[in-house]
Parts: sequence; structure tokens; C-alpha cells
Amino acid sequence: MQTSRGNGMHKPTFARGAAVVTALSLAFGLAACGDNAPASSAISGASGASSVSGADGGPNLQGEFAGSGASSQQSANEAWIADFHASHNQARISYDPAGSGAGVTALLNGSVIWAGSDEPLNAAQLEQSKSTCARGTAFEVPVYVTPIAFAYNLPSVGLNDSGKHLRMEPETIAAIFQGQITRWNDARLARLNPGVGLPDLPITVVHRSDKSGTTKSLFKYLKAAAGPAWPYEPGENWPNNVGQGAKGTAGLVMTLTQAEGTFGYADAAQTSGLGTVAVKVGESYVPASERGVSKMMDKVKYEAQPQGSLRKLVKVDYQTAEPGAYPVLLVSYDIACQAYQRDASGSKAAFAKSWLSYLASEAGQQQAAANAGSVPLTPAIREQVMQSVQAIEAS
Amino acid sequence: MASAQGHTSAQLAAKPVIDFDRFRPTRSSIRARKRRNALMTGLIALSFVVALIPLISVLWVSLSKGLKRLNWDFLTHNMSGVVGGNPTATGGHGGILHAIIGTLEVTAGAMIISVPIGVMCAVFLVEYASGGRMARAISLLVDVMSGIPSIVAGLFAFSMFAALVGPSTVNGFSGSVALSLLMIPTVVKTSEDMLRIVPGDLREAAYALGVTKQRTITKIVLRTALPGIVSGVILAIARVIGETAPLLIASGFIASTNPNLFSGRMTTLPVYVYNEYSQGLAVCGPGSPAGCVAGIRMERAWAAALALIVVVLVLNLLGRLVSKVFSVQEK
Amino acid sequence: MSKTLAPQSATNMAEQNPQGVDPDAVSVSVDVSAAPAEASAAPTAPSPGRTADKVFKICAWSAGILIFLALAAVTIFLILRALPAFTGDPAVRSSALESLSGGRASNFASYVGPLLFGTILIAGLSLLLAFPVSTGIALFITHYAPRKLSTALSSVVDLLAAIPSVIYGLWGALVLVPAITGFWNWVATYLGWIPIFAGPAAAPARSVASVALVLAVMILPIITSVARDIFAQAPRLQQEAALALGATKWETIRLAVLPFARSGLISASMLGLGRALGETMAVLMILSPGFSYSLHILQASTSQTIAANIASQFPEADSMGVAMLVATGLVLFVITFLVNFLARRITGKGVSK
Repeated sequence: MQTSRGNGMHKPTFARGAAVVTALSLAFGLAACGDNAPASSAISGASGASSVSGADGGPNLQGEFAGSGASSQQSANEAWIADFHASHNQARISYDPAGSGAGVTALLNGSVIWAGSDEPLNAAQLEQSKSTCARGTAFEVPVYVTPIAFAYNLPSVGLNDSGKHLRMEPETIAAIFQGQITRWNDARLARLNPGVGLPDLPITVVHRSDKSGTTKSLFKYLKAAAGPAWPYEPGENWPNNVGQGAKGTAGLVMTLTQAEGTFGYADAAQTSGLGTVAVKVGESYVPASERGVSKMMDKVKYEAQPQGSLRKLVKVDYQTAEPGAYPVLLVSYDIACQAYQRDASGSKAAFAKSWLSYLASEAGQQQAAANAGSVPLTPAIREQVMQSVQAIEAS
Repeated sequence: MASAQGHTSAQLAAKPVIDFDRFRPTRSSIRARKRRNALMTGLIALSFVVALIPLISVLWVSLSKGLKRLNWDFLTHNMSGVVGGNPTATGGHGGILHAIIGTLEVTAGAMIISVPIGVMCAVFLVEYASGGRMARAISLLVDVMSGIPSIVAGLFAFSMFAALVGPSTVNGFSGSVALSLLMIPTVVKTSEDMLRIVPGDLREAAYALGVTKQRTITKIVLRTALPGIVSGVILAIARVIGETAPLLIASGFIASTNPNLFSGRMTTLPVYVYNEYSQGLAVCGPGSPAGCVAGIRMERAWAAALALIVVVLVLNLLGRLVSKVFSVQEK
Repeated sequence: MSKTLAPQSATNMAEQNPQGVDPDAVSVSVDVSAAPAEASAAPTAPSPGRTADKVFKICAWSAGILIFLALAAVTIFLILRALPAFTGDPAVRSSALESLSGGRASNFASYVGPLLFGTILIAGLSLLLAFPVSTGIALFITHYAPRKLSTALSSVVDLLAAIPSVIYGLWGALVLVPAITGFWNWVATYLGWIPIFAGPAAAPARSVASVALVLAVMILPIITSVARDIFAQAPRLQQEAALALGATKWETIRLAVLPFARSGLISASMLGLGRALGETMAVLMILSPGFSYSLHILQASTSQTIAANIASQFPEADSMGVAMLVATGLVLFVITFLVNFLARRITGKGVSK
């Protein structure tokens, strides 16, 4: 009787245990084939792959290579990693979109090879980077440029339709962001948009609640273009209590779409389905577009650096009057070392060189443009970047 | 009622002649009371209906939005190599295999830590220190532990690993530690309840036969209470398997499969849901291949959410089934 | 969640086992009958059983003591990690706080203050919403529904507890918020003269009110399950007496059930409050965060909770920032500890009465 009872108790336990073990082993069996096969041909075509291996002959890169930083670059990095992996299938690359600050911190303590950042290093960080990099300081190169669009949600009056753009001056935008213009049919908006049926709705300003390079770039533009109408110093945080905050670009866009009469700012590629503003530049009004940003990049200047520095910091002329140029843009950098500490085999440097060369290649920029909606860097800028990248070497 | 009666008797003493009709319920007062009763009955029934609305809405939305992407391809692929809304080589859009493996491992880790501790602690409370000051103190601490917010458990695991292993140590096991902190009190509580309802006669009979205390506890008390403990453990697992916040901090997120619990970031299902939710639209421009889905991330979030709901509900059912089936079988 | 599931299963078992265990004694006694062989062997070789006994006892004791240690470890490691927030370089501290709060706070008290206010406001509101409903459900299950139906209804309510918070967050942010924006707008328009409903209502309604609503749904099962157990224990005789005196069902409940259950209900709501205080994901995903002492629950960006603030700022925080966040976590820990402790004290009194 004891045995029968023992069976009664044990059999299901055993069966359950066996089931768990089977399930686990099944899961691990699947782990091997869980990775998605690189579909590079579907993504970028053969030219991308060939240009990668052409950059420096390294499909022999192997091991784990980690980057970390700005969340604005996340989609682009996804695309870059997938495409880069196609020609360097021994390399396991990861990008942790922890934020610009966290990325720089990780770079400075040596836990990642490169950091994505919407902000150049400050003096203290530059000084600190001397202990992480085997030679000189860390350096920044621009890799990702995207227009920031002012987006609104006014579907019931047909203003969301593509091809329609409300016109605004920098001063108007500054006034909305400070809570001075609170309704869509305000006279100051109506004056700029004759013939547009502006609705009698309150304006809900939606802004980033987290620290963001997008916010800072936007404020740099407002500060430069709106002059005294924008009293705040550029910062990564929203400076006042107007409107409602949302976390991340995704949260912001979701908030914009959930109610009528909202007004915010986001990467232009994320604003599909919403209306975007045509900003006054010189005497004309320019909507956010790739072409507008390319025009800005044609005229780009670099900040002066001491002799021998590899840093390429872009100066954006926010006050431009260039016809057709769209001056509200985010320039995001990748930060790396010329040579790395604790890199006896030289694999960190080899990876950094190969990776950044790919990013600055035409294929890399096209990849980001197709999958993240960024604007490809102009050949002139790519050449500048490549100059710095070519200087990376084993320590 | 009682006070009303006291009132009448006081009046009775004061006045010998009583106009009893004054206390006869008038028709209108009866009607008012009935109306009030009906109103409260309605409100009470309504409260139940009110609670059903979100439940049905949550289940319905998850089902209707989740089924769209929840297929075999989704269950057998991870997210490595998935670019935006582009289809992968197999025609899918990435999946949750890595998150399922991560969830299994992290939860198994939490279970391995908390079940022995929890059950032994319950044994200690019931069999060794019953009623003592020590037992009361520990019971109180278990109560305190059950009130620890999950995010604090995550902070604890993070801080502990930062102090013991190295700064910014993020791995699956760290998440297991955080979850076990949330699981132990549940396991202790249910095991304690189960041990207490094992009749004392059984123990005394065993002791009378000269069986040692350890054998009495393991062979008789624990075995009798086993179905209850197992069902309690399953319910505890069902609770922690849906935890997000502590794992966000302790285990991080990664797109590829990480089979090693002790090293590297590890994605779990709830974290996957949150991560997909917080990423926004994919870019499907003119350069994108056919089959690119702009809203893919939200679709994946709902599909993973549905998978998570299924897992949690199955665990809950299993827990109830174990407690029901086994206690019937023992009859 | 643990609070809802555990007592439920415990009472289930308690209900089943009086019939389940006694007959079981027969089969178990058979188990015991195997023991004499070992017991009779014991005098000849006493040591193995004894050693096992000792080892087992040590195991049990150390498991008990481990609970002490675990809580001590939680406190110590949290304090250790939070220490720089109080002892570090003042300049670094204030710059970390300014970066975390967007320049709105430069010392720890002014940083944690609004967060604490937001935490308590949201948890309190959700309790206010959940308490009457869950009392109603508990009464419905124990006193109105047919006996056979009541277990089914209990498990339906427990389903609410089983759904992970991240899914409530998803649901709240994507389904509830767009759906309820119009209603809150209506409330702000017509009830705006009541200070807490003052407009303009946030559009979309990622406001304190919406979050409180979702949290109310999440804590509903906890309060319900405790309240249900207490209502079930209310003395039958008094209820029957009340009914016999001609009281209506509601009067019976008011006179014979609710007074009995008062302390239990308070403790149940404390447990619910404890859970609401620590809830992270739903708040993080739904609320549009703010940093003020505002009671205007319909307006946008007024408040943020400690837990959601930690989850949202943690990934981007530097070392000092993490210390600050862990310090706010400690504050949350202390608050939930107090609330839970209070709940136990009240239950303790209720039992001794």
C-alpha cells in the first residue's frame, strides 16, 4: 500500500520533472537556431557587403564587441549591426541604448569600445579619457544626422495629410513652448497661415520627460533662431511646466497621436501620420526633409581643434537663411579611442576601425537612412570622419 | 438594534403608558428601507460588474492584438539580426525565444533559491520554534519582506552585485536574487499554512514510534503537506514570472539568446514587452524591403504580452489543479 | 499579488483539508508503519538518525535566521549604495540631483519630497477607488452570490491579480488613456469647481487620475480576498438574529457584518495601499511625469512616483545619480514597511478581539 501511495505521490512529480527537463532541453536546442539568419541581401544589396570588407580587409574580426549610448541611434545601430554582421559573421556586436551619459561613462571605464552620444565630450570627460585610451584622448565623429520635426495632431481639419504643413516662425514655436500661445486659432498662428481653417482647440504641448539630446538640439535652434523670444539656456531637460511630458521619442509620438490638438517634436521619421510644421528660414518656409538637412550639411563647419586632434565636432548654423535648408537637426556622434588600453591583440582597435569605417561608408549611411530615417552624411563629411578613423591603430 | 431596544425600555420605565403605534413601522419607512436594500444590493452587484470590465477588456485586447503575431516563427526566433520592421529570412519579424529562455532561467534560479529557504523556514516556524519569540520575530520579518516593493528588490540585487562582484554587474542571476526576495515570503506563508493544518496526531504517532524528528518532518509532515506546498510554490512562481521592474534593473535587455544565467544581460518576457512598447515606430521608407511593418514593435509587444498571460494563467491553473487533484486523491 | 493568491489558496486548502486530511491519516499511518523497522534498528545504531536530525535542525534554524540575514542584507546593501547621496562631495551631489530633477531640486529633501507626495497621492487615490468596489465584491461573494457560484467568482477576481503589471501598463497606456480622455474632460468641465478636478484636463489623459484608476484595478483583488475572508468569518448567529428581527439584508450586513469586519477592512486596505505604493510599471508606462505638490489630478505632468522615477531614470543615471535613486528607494522601502507594519498591528488587534 505504501508503494502504491508512493507512486501516487511520485509519478506526477516525476512526470512533471521530466516534462520540465524536456521543455528546457527543447528550448536550448532551439537556442542554436533562434538567431535570425542575416538577410543582408534583402536589406542592403551586395554593394553594402563588398564595401564593408573593402574598408579594411577584416572578416577575420571575431569576439564580442559592445557599444553603448544614445537611444536616438538605436534603430540605426540595429541596422548597422545586422549589415556589418553579414560580412563579419565571427563578430558579435551589441549596442545598449542606455543614453548618451551612460554610454560615455561606459566608454570611460573601458567597458565598451565605442559610445554613441548626442553630446560631445566635455573637458573633464576628455581629460578622463586619457586613462582609457592608450594614446591621446577619445575623439568624436558624426555618424548620424536626423531632422527634428515639429509635429502636431489635427486630423479633423485635415492638417495631418501629407503635403500639408502649418507654417511657423521660430518665435511662434518659442511662444507655444512657453505657454503664450494656447489655442490653435490664435491670431499669431492665423496670420502665418492664411486660408487654413485652424480649429478652436487648446494646444497641448508634448515634450520629452527624460533627458534628451533631441530636446537640447531643439533648444539650441530656438536659442539661435528665436533670439530673445526663447529665454532658456539649451539643456537636455524641458525647462518649464508647460504641457505634458512623455518618456522617449516613442512615448512622445504615442502621446501626440492619442489626442487631438497636441504639439511636440520628434525625429522626422517617427512622425508619420502626424502633421509637421514648415519652419521659417530666411524668407521662405521649409518643412522637415532629408533635402533640407543635406543642404545644411553642405555648409557645415567644424570646431577648431588643437593640432593632431581627431575630434570632428560639427558647428550647425541655426540662423541660416539658405533657401530650402532645414535647420532643426540632431547630430549624433560616435566616440572611440585612437588606441585602447588592455588591447594587446589589437582586436579592439581593429574592430573600432572597421566598424567606424563602415558607419562612415556610403553603404553604412544608406543603411541607416533606409531603416532609421536618418539623412546620409555628405561625402565631404564622410571624408573628414574617415580621416580620423584611419588613425585608429593597435596600441 | 440593541440600542433601539435599550431606548424603548428606558422609555418604558419613565412612562407607564406607551403608545406602541408610534413604533410600528409605517408603510413609507418600510418602503424606504426596502428601497435602500434594493439600492445596496444593486450597488454590490454593480461593483462586481465594474471589476469585470477591466478584466474582460485586458484579456480581449491582448487576445485580439496578440494573436496577430503570436505564431511558431515568433516563438522560435530571437531578436538578433532583426532590423526595424523588415521581415527576416524566415518571413517573420523576430520573436521571443530569447525572452522565453531568459524567463525560464531567471525564474528557475529564483525558485532554486527560494523554495528550500522558504520551506525550511516554514518548518522552522511550525516544527522548531512554534509560538516562541524567535518565531514571532521571523513571522514579522516575513511579513515585512512580503511588503518590499519589487523595484526595491531590484535595487537590492543591483547594489549587492555591485558591491560583491563589480560595478554595474548585470546578469540573469542578479534578477533571480531579486525575484527570490519577492518569492520567499509567499513560499513561507503558504508552506506555513500547509504545515499547520497537518494534524498533530500524525507527529505524535510518529514520535511515539521512536521516529526521529527529522524523519517525522520529511517523511510525514512535509509529505502530507506536499500538494499544498507545491501549489503554493507554483502560485508564487506565477506571481514573480510577470515581474518587470526588478529585472529591468538587475538583468537588463539583450536582443540575442543568452543561455548563461551567470554572465551577461538576459531578456525576460515582461522586460521584452516593455522594451518593445518603449521603442516606437519602425521606419518603412522607400528604401525598405516589401513586407516592412511600421507598427511591428507594438504588435510584438502585444504578442509577447499574450504569451505572458498564457504562461501566468497556465501556472495559476496548474497551482489550483495540484492543490485540488492531490487532496482528492488522498481521500 | 502574493497577498491575494496566498490567502486564497490557504483558505481553499483549509476548507478542503478538514475532510481531506483526516481520512488521509489512514494512508499516512501506513507510511508511519514503515518506520518501526527503522525505529527498532535505531537502538543498535543511533548515530545516523541523530546526525540527520541535527543536520536537519541546523538547516531549519539557519533557514529561519537567513530571513533575518536577507532583510539585513537588503537594508545594508541599499544603505551602502545610497551612502554617497548623503556623504559625497556636495557639488557632485547637487549636480547629480539637478540632472535627475531637470534643475528643480538641489538637495535630497526637495528632490524626494514631490516624489513622495506623488507616490502617496496616487496610492491613496487608487485605494479610495478600490476600497468600496472590493468591499462590494467581497460582500457579493460571501453574502449575495449562491454558494456554488462564489468560488468561481473568487477565482475571477483572482485572475485580476494574476495579470502582470506590465500588461496593465500596456493596456492602460494604449486602451484606457485614449478611451477615458473625454470622460476626464467632461469631469473637468462640469466638476472643475471642486479643486482636485480643476482643469484643464490633460489630453491625452496620462494624468494622476488615470493611473490611480489602473492601480485601483490592480489592488482590487488584494483587498477583496482579505475582505472576503473576514466577511466569511462574521458570526452567523448575529446575522440570523438581525434577519429574524426583520432587518433587510443590507441592514443585517450593516449591523452584524461590517462592524465585525472593520479592523480587518482597514488592514486589508493597508495591504492594498502597500502594493499601490510600490507599483512601478503601470505608473511608468501611463503617467506623464511631473515634479510638483499639485492636487490637480486631471492636469498633465503634475506628479511622479518614487518607484516609476527609479525605473525611468536608472538606466541613464551616473554613479551619484544611482546613489540618489537608491536613496529614494530606501525612502519607499521605509514607507511601505510602515504601512505593512500598521496593517499587521491592526490585524493583530482584530484577531485578539
